[in-house]
Amino acid sequence: MLAARVSPLAHPVLERELSLTVPTDVVLIEDAVTIVCSHLEDRFQDARTVRFNVRVALCEALANAMLYGNRGDRSKTVDLRARYGPFAIEIHVTDEGAGFDPDGVPDPTLPENLERPDGRGVFLIRCLMDEVRFNDKGNSVCMMLRRS
Amino acid sequence: MGFTVRRNGKDVVVVDVEGQLIVGNRQELKARILEALEAGDRKFLIDFTHTGYIDSSGLGVLVSLSKKIRDEGGELKLAGLNEDLRTLFELTKLDTLFAISDTAADALTQF
Repeated sequence: MLAARVSPLAHPVLERELSLTVPTDVVLIEDAVTIVCSHLEDRFQDARTVRFNVRVALCEALANAMLYGNRGDRSKTVDLRARYGPFAIEIHVTDEGAGFDPDGVPDPTLPENLERPDGRGVFLIRCLMDEVRFNDKGNSVCMMLRRS
Repeated sequence: MGFTVRRNGKDVVVVDVEGQLIVGNRQELKARILEALEAGDRKFLIDFTHTGYIDSSGLGVLVSLSKKIRDEGGELKLAGLNEDLRTLFELTKLDTLFAISDTAADALTQF
């Protein structure tokens, strides 16, 4: 059973912080996404974007963290931290892996890659969120949405 | 949440995706369709009318099923994508790879 911890933040835009530790098991992704998005929908002014863009981007980030970062090792976990308010969302997803080079991912929309079954995760995150940053090691992604 | 497999009068296997198609359940969809393909079915329609979202693993399984079905001389069509889901297909250019109809009824007339 996943349990999120929510606490207030002393920040002008990001009012709350939610933390969730997710064991490496893809079956848990749906529950983790539902928990996080239900909290975000209550506060963020654009609920529709949370229901679709954030859900898909978070699914991608968690799947990448579990399958490629932690390499399916069930003894490892994924750390999820969401800071949010009515006008902004910032979600960090961090795995215990060695990291990867996000700029080395081939463009999945090129004709030669179109029939590949994988390689669309990072592309979709970048399409669906306003800003995406990886740490230097490449094992943590920060996904942001802003509304004025 | 899950998949409902039914068959219409034109020997088309119709799979309804209820909820979402993501990394946690994509293998079930793949298994259900490959089972029908091995049993001799060649016409497939996946109906997303009741689908909230699809992740890249879900898109990937559709790509892989499309290829397998095509290799066996069959065809796979998609229908019922809402505006957000259609955007996903457009962003990834997979709208150029699949035959996509607005509704399942429309798609069934195309077989």
